Amino acid sequence: MVEKITVGHVHLSGCTGCLVSFADNYEGLFKILDNYAELVYALTLVDVRHVPEMDVALVEGSVCLQDKSSVDEIKETREKAKVVVALGGCAAYGNITRFARGGQWNQPQMESYVPIGELIDVDLYIPGCAPTPQQIRNVAIMAYLLLKGTDEQKELATAYLKPLMDLAKRGDEACGCDLMYDVINQGLCMGCGTCAAACPVRAITIEYGKPNVDRDLCIKCGACYAQCPRSFFNFDVMNEFEGITELIKGVME
Amino acid sequence: MVLGNYKSVVAARSADKEILKGAQDGGIVTQLFAYALEEGIIDGAIVAGPSDEPWKPEPVVATTKAELLAARGTKYNLSPNVALLKEATRSYGLDKVGIVGTPCQMQAVRKAQLYPIGMRDVPDKIALAIGIFCMENFSYQSIEAIVEDHCNQKLESVTKMDIGKGKFWAYTERGAVSQIPLKITHKYEQPGCHVCLDYVSNLADVSTGSVGAPDGWSTVFVRTAVGDDVWAKAIAAGCFETKDIADVKPGLDLVTKLATEKITKNQKTLDARATFGVGKGLRNPYL
Ligand SMILES: Cc1cc2nc3c(=O)[nH]c(=O)nc-3n(C[C@H](O)[C@H](O)[C@H](O)COP(=O)(O)OP(=O)(O)OC[C@H]3O[C@@H](n4cnc5c(N)ncnc54)[C@H](O)[C@@H]3O)c2cc1C
Ligand code: SF4
Ligand code: SF4
Ligand code: SF4
Repeated sequence: MVEKITVGHVHLSGCTGCLVSFADNYEGLFKILDNYAELVYALTLVDVRHVPEMDVALVEGSVCLQDKSSVDEIKETREKAKVVVALGGCAAYGNITRFARGGQWNQPQMESYVPIGELIDVDLYIPGCAPTPQQIRNVAIMAYLLLKGTDEQKELATAYLKPLMDLAKRGDEACGCDLMYDVINQGLCMGCGTCAAACPVRAITIEYGKPNVDRDLCIKCGACYAQCPRSFFNFDVMNEFEGITELIKGVME
Repeated sequence: MVLGNYKSVVAARSADKEILKGAQDGGIVTQLFAYALEEGIIDGAIVAGPSDEPWKPEPVVATTKAELLAARGTKYNLSPNVALLKEATRSYGLDKVGIVGTPCQMQAVRKAQLYPIGMRDVPDKIALAIGIFCMENFSYQSIEAIVEDHCNQKLESVTKMDIGKGKFWAYTERGAVSQIPLKITHKYEQPGCHVCLDYVSNLADVSTGSVGAPDGWSTVFVRTAVGDDVWAKAIAAGCFETKDIADVKPGLDLVTKLATEKITKNQKTLDARATFGVGKGLRNPYL
């Protein structure tokens, strides 16, 4: 067995749902930790108190600007991790923490929460609230292939990860409106209904074949836009769905 | 990639007269789902069922043959079938989901499997994805305009719509047949279809359409290991009559021709979008 990649889970202002999702790979999680990834940092799971050097940092949660330790930790993460992944809607887009306005017991002065991309460069986004166990697994496997695989595997992993890296470059704000701006207003929506299925809070209904977003319900998790086949669709990867599905299955067995 | 990867292609039709009666072409979709349902290969299938408004499809999770039968036939307007993909595994509790859809919907399904961003626990539950050929689709209001204004028929009196031989056809319950040249329908097409680069549902497990096969028959591509398995079992169970595609008219040449035309035309649109403005372009989703 080739050496593993080192991975850390950095926990900022999030609900731990992202970590739970990671754990929801069940035996798959052990498989990943046994064979591919060494968990070097994770509150409650790893007895390390200070952000260490690592290949991949999975960051959960947004940064509270009034919490010095959070600000320090995200900066340190950027310095020590080769690849920084915004794990979930809060880290990527602020998500539900965008609506915070302070006054909460027992730190009422804490009121400003920003996605990590407002303070550091982020390499890759995994949107969603919570991100799905399967998406985290796929990224973990591809990150492994990218760093430790054969040339052919590196090529596949690069093609796979590119759209998620492009999401990180696209910006740190997302909501259901992105469907309007970047898909419908661009003449690209074809009414498949995927966005409605993706939304965790059922903010999207399809009216006469096109999405209608209830903006009061939207929590800004970014799942709808990222899941839409007209946000990104890489033929190289998607045409190989059968082979890649088999590959992932094989790797997890 | 004009016709996508496939293991086999045949002309076929359902052996069940009841299914054929209301099916669009050879009843492939309804028959294959009915068989898969009976055999436990799927627990249910997402199809385009009827709604309160005439010819406006409503995606439904069909768990009985009766529900599959009620959803037979082509509705030439948007049925957001993928909207139920996660719901089928939740409220309906399906572990093995069937889904039918246009090529773009098959793309959505495969993206959901490879990038399950908002599709928790869905990727492994897609048991049979049947794709239908598709040149373009219409909004409901477009179909209303085409049928009522151009074909001069009330939507509720129409029993079947079809596209073929360069024409749009509307058949009514009183036996009238209205037809208009497809030229007239073009301006009503859904804009999103003009960047679509798939005609024959390349990413489905099994894909089917009327083009290539004689009237009442369908052309069927078997594409994946999953599709191959189900199709072979359904044939063995006597669900379908088949003919060698080489022996039927107009055959695969016409499928290839139409697929090439669609892809070439839409690729041009995509290219033109890149310089649509002055020094600025529109988005290309495939980059
Ligand atoms: C918009 C559109 C354009 C098409 N263009 C072509 C074409 O250019 N060339 C060609 O050969 N075939 C085309 N077809 C496919 C063809 O019309 C038949 O759907 C196909 O041959 C299946 O027929 P069948 O008898 O096997 O299926 P049936 O047994 O009649 O079942 C049809 C299935 O398709 C589902 N369905 C119906 N309408 C829709 C919809 N709008 N969206 C998603 N699912 C739907 C139904 O619920 C049903 O389950 C098109 C279909 C659509 C919906
Ligand atoms: S509409 Fe739903 S999926 Fe889209 S960003 Fe808002 S909450 Fe997320
Ligand atoms: S997922 Fe994208 S293409 Fe599909 S209905 Fe929603 S916005 Fe339109
Ligand atoms: S033409 Fe393409 S985008 Fe339009 S409905 Fe058919 S498959 Fe979908």
